[in-house]
Amino acid sequence: MKLSWWKIAGILLLLYSFTAGFLIKVPYVGNLYETIRNFFFHVPMWFGQIALLTLSLAYSIAFLRSGKLKYDIYAAEFAKVGILFGILGLITGAIWARWTWGEFWSNDPKQMAAAIAVLIYFAYVVLRGSMTDLDKRARVAAVYNIFAYFIYIPLIMILPRMVQSLHPGGLEGAEGGGNPAMGGDSLDPVMKTVFWPSVFGWIIMGIWISNLKIRFFLYTHKNILNG
Amino acid sequence: MKEVITLLKKDLLLEWRQQYTFWGILLYVASSVFVLYLAMGAPQADVFNGVFWMIQLFICINAVAKSFLQESKGRMLYYYLTGSPLHFVISKIIYNSIIAILMVMISLILFFLLMKNPTADLWLFVWIAFFGAFSISLVFTLMSAIAAKAQQNAAIMAILGFPLIIPQLLLLMRISKAAFGEVFREGALLQMTGLLIGLDVLVIVLSVILFPFLWKE
Repeated sequence: MKLSWWKIAGILLLLYSFTAGFLIKVPYVGNLYETIRNFFFHVPMWFGQIALLTLSLAYSIAFLRSGKLKYDIYAAEFAKVGILFGILGLITGAIWARWTWGEFWSNDPKQMAAAIAVLIYFAYVVLRGSMTDLDKRARVAAVYNIFAYFIYIPLIMILPRMVQSLHPGGLEGAEGGGNPAMGGDSLDPVMKTVFWPSVFGWIIMGIWISNLKIRFFLYTHKNILNG
Repeated sequence: MKEVITLLKKDLLLEWRQQYTFWGILLYVASSVFVLYLAMGAPQADVFNGVFWMIQLFICINAVAKSFLQESKGRMLYYYLTGSPLHFVISKIIYNSIIAILMVMISLILFFLLMKNPTADLWLFVWIAFFGAFSISLVFTLMSAIAAKAQQNAAIMAILGFPLIIPQLLLLMRISKAAFGEVFREGALLQMTGLLIGLDVLVIVLSVILFPFLWKE
């Protein structure tokens, strides 16, 4: 078995982030204590999701420009793995919220926005399921995917900046406040050394998973898709 | 431009002759407002705001869904052969926003007639409602074009549209609180209105760019 270099890099990065993420000394910020370690696992999910959905968008545009069905499969599989990352992000977030906010789900604006973002892409999968004609499905789904992406970005990037939230970075006026993902001071230099490897590790993992799914789909549908 | 006006005129004429949307929506709003009134009497400002926008959402989805779904396959083929997708989608956008604003007018009258007026600034609320109906109709126009291509299109329309409309709906609900006398942080209202206008422009641009791809059968 021969793995390309980026897959090996992904494995190493994740091994490192999983080991170091549980072992390094973390700063105690506010009432977070040890739960701040969730930062190494929860936030990379959203980075990974955005990366995958952006790839999905790129392939949808590529499909509309070239008309190659292959690109539609790429877009669909990237979006599906993006949904998986979104669900994992919601779960890791909910577990963290249980120990800091006291509830798995407390209708926080950021929880709602993240859940709605996942719903938008669920609708993409439902839309694909509603059509049987491969060519038509590819075209309509690509149009929806592009549209959804441009609604999705304001939903998670802009709206969270306009409402108060309990989520780190959610307090208006505080340092780093208004950021959709994190508080400004929680990312001290030590944590950065684990956080960014983890982000890139998960992005690579997401691309790898999608890659396997795409190859499997293309293999099983060889006789329908030529080229 | 002439083509857009011709298409628009045809849609409006069709609406005038059938009067299906108009009376349908009138009944829809009247009965839902009446049921709401029986359920909770004259509501507080917050409840009024929330209920008003939810009803607007449902009215809009019903009124706009019709615009593409009513076009038969043969008629679409005729448009395809004679017109351009750009003219077609622009005429639909204009038609849908006219219908949506008409509907919001009717529902505003019924709302204020049946439920007491809880607003501090009535005209501000009316303007926001018009603008809101316009914004919602924009998103649903493209969704209806997509849904027309799928099977079981009425259900698909709701599935696609509801999550996508949330950013706009949230902004509208927040902005319209200004009409109920809520005081905002300085500049926040302007910022939100700007964001909403930005979203509307984005949706129009995307509709114009993306519709030609849906157009081909």
